[in-house]
Amino acid sequence: MSAQPTNSALHTLDVEAIRNDFSILQQESDLPLIYLDSAATSQTPDPVVDAMDAYYRIYNSNIHRGIYRISEEATAKYEEARQRIGRFINARRSSQIIFTRNTTESINLVAYSWGSANLREGDEILLTVMEHHSNLLPWQLLSQRTGAKLRFIEVTDEGVLQLDDLEKLLTERTKIVAMTHVSNVLGTINPIQELTAAAHAVGAKVLIDGAQSVPHFNVDVQALDCDFLAFSGHKMCGPTGIGVLYGKSDLLEEMPPFLGGGSMIRAVQRESSTYADVPAKFEAGTPAIAEAIGLAAAADYLSKVGLEAIFVHEGELLEYAHQKLSEIEDITIYGPKPRQKTGAITFNLAGAHPHDLAGVLDTVGVAVRAGHHCAQPLMEKFGVIATARASFYLYNKLDEIDCLYEGLLKAQRMLTRRRR
Amino acid sequence: MNIYEEDILDHYENPSNYGTLEGPDISYEEDNPLCGDRIRMDLKVEDGIITDLRFSGHGCTISQAAASMLTEEIKGQHLEDIKKLSKDDILDMLGIPLGPVRLKCGLLALKVLKAGAYGLKGWPGDEDEETE
Ligand SMILES: Cc1ncc(COP(=O)(O)O)c(C=O)c1O
Repeated sequence: MSAQPTNSALHTLDVEAIRNDFSILQQESDLPLIYLDSAATSQTPDPVVDAMDAYYRIYNSNIHRGIYRISEEATAKYEEARQRIGRFINARRSSQIIFTRNTTESINLVAYSWGSANLREGDEILLTVMEHHSNLLPWQLLSQRTGAKLRFIEVTDEGVLQLDDLEKLLTERTKIVAMTHVSNVLGTINPIQELTAAAHAVGAKVLIDGAQSVPHFNVDVQALDCDFLAFSGHKMCGPTGIGVLYGKSDLLEEMPPFLGGGSMIRAVQRESSTYADVPAKFEAGTPAIAEAIGLAAAADYLSKVGLEAIFVHEGELLEYAHQKLSEIEDITIYGPKPRQKTGAITFNLAGAHPHDLAGVLDTVGVAVRAGHHCAQPLMEKFGVIATARASFYLYNKLDEIDCLYEGLLKAQRMLTRRRR
Repeated sequence: MNIYEEDILDHYENPSNYGTLEGPDISYEEDNPLCGDRIRMDLKVEDGIITDLRFSGHGCTISQAAASMLTEEIKGQHLEDIKKLSKDDILDMLGIPLGPVRLKCGLLALKVLKAGAYGLKGWPGDEDEETE
């Protein structure tokens, strides 16, 4: 669901109270930590760290095997985490939640397992030009294996999807549409629900890269009716090393396994085996147990704060950032206006390399991203090699944007004095 | 230490040996795929001695300043001596510590030089290190 900003008076965040939950933001040091890179990895609140800590200190053990107390506790907590994540995205059943390492692995799982079984020469895979490399490379590999063709929905100069000629791109040859819900570079929120309906109308499946949407607003897989949804723990206040693949049950049941090994089997003979039911079929080997438990704690945390309030808060930060940064001479801001996007503002200053912008900002304690953001086709579309990106989350404050602004002015003074 | 030392900004703004050479004996160019920084090195070599050289390209202050400093350092040197130049020599020239990402910016010029002169393609300092 593309979240709509709601009445902000009803949804004010107590940002100072939230910041108190993040030890990393409470550290004493010479420089402040002005963390504006949550689109890459978000900070982790203490309740999430505590949940993982408790696993290691109190009931660390492998799951699904031990016939003893702490293993039973670990198994129960791991499976509760699955249920918790299922509720978080409104999945019908917890067996539709497969734990992976990250978004990238979730997408690879689908491209490998579903893709190899279902695609052949003449079929088409529809992507967009704004995909993160992790929603591009798995499909390129699949295309090389199967002969299926990649097609792309273009991006307009405003940084939104060019949907005018969708009928030409989305045809009965299209077998899957894999697209990002929110652009990690531009923050653009794509009309996923409409696109999913259009894809289903021609019989195509839909995979949504939710890496940048699930952390920032309510994503309801039943309302979206997507076939697959992939997202990462470390961008939603959870730990690294854990990601999620949601899938419709009938698809998951038909799909062949991705990785083979322990836990994903029912019975093993020398030459062949039968596989466990979903989700175990897709979770070979010992999973990231502490991280799954941490991710569930992150979902609890975000729900407690309220995703609607977080979305509204980010909207205010973005609006202020746009207003402030637009005052800077020679700045180019890419992508749509605030309120049509979430989370991130991407820009360049004429004559200054984004690496240097990030470098100078670092000297005043401001952490931003500089580079191609793993989205080279999108960079190419805008005719740039790299950009700088500031991204926001629930713990950011308006005055941190003032520091960003001051830092950029400093960078501009230093870097564009009298270049050859 | 601040990586935006005056010295680095000076080299960035007024680079030494910036440009290209007519009929160079060695010319090589490469970019850093991480950030798109690009450096080309043109060298004139007589009896193994680098008699003249130019660099060109674009990128961040660190990659451009390191290239400028490197050209100053190696003019008049024997090509054989270039082989011995290491990551630490570049860090000494720059006079600042660099994190892993910016290190690549700093080393791009040396990488291009070694690739052009010897066909050495790897990143200086990236040799698979022994863990002992
Ligand atoms: C839109 C999008 N998709 C996928 C990813 C990849 O996430 P991960 O590295 O956790 O697999 C990212 C992370 O930057 C992203 O922003």
